[in-house]
Amino acid sequence: MLVLLYAASDLPLRGNPDNQMNQEVSMTGTEVPGNYYIQEAYHDAHTPNIVTVVLGDYRSIDTLGEQLVIFSAGLICFLLLRKRGQDDDE
Amino acid sequence: MTNKEHSPIILYGARFLSPYIMLFGFYVIFHGHYSPGGGFQGGTLLAASLLLVRIASGTDIADLQFKDYLATPYAALGVLIYFGTGLVALICGGYFLDYGQLPIPGIEGAELRYWGILIIELGIGITVMTVLVLIYDNMVQGEDYA
Repeated sequence: MLVLLYAASDLPLRGNPDNQMNQEVSMTGTEVPGNYYIQEAYHDAHTPNIVTVVLGDYRSIDTLGEQLVIFSAGLICFLLLRKRGQDDDE
Repeated sequence: MTNKEHSPIILYGARFLSPYIMLFGFYVIFHGHYSPGGGFQGGTLLAASLLLVRIASGTDIADLQFKDYLATPYAALGVLIYFGTGLVALICGGYFLDYGQLPIPGIEGAELRYWGILIIELGIGITVMTVLVLIYDNMVQGEDYA
């Protein structure tokens, strides 16, 4: 807890535009994708909600994976919990 | 359960609330482009409206609203809508899930991406709704909690 507080005291001020997380290039000199999303999301998909564009368009394969996880969870519940035949009691 | 009789107050309360929760679920899905929301959240609300009637009234009445054997096909349908959208875009000359290539006449470019996102959100909503109903139905099978 003390170590945590000590580490937190050294964090940069929240909302400062000069913070590393708000820069257009990362520490290694490559461009960060968030900059592109914020600037071009409306132009690309005519959708004001950037989160929807990122989830549904730029990162759509990830969302497909999430949907498959939910689907397989339901399928496993169906296979494990469905009512079995009368002669087949555990 | 110990009390096998239907409580009309609970039943009518659930029947009154269910359409409004369902309407709000559709609103969350279709308004996901402009406000927080989307397929997952809206699908959960739709499932809540179905489960409310299921818990309040039992299987016999709830089957009038949503048949329990339809849950698995609808869940697969939701995944197929999402995957099919990606596959159609792939066939029509784009990348997988590249909505700009969908063969919808009359609209193109950014507008097409707008509709592509809406289609996949609908697929997610159907899957989430039916999977939650499916889990509940399979858990209470054989015992009618009403």
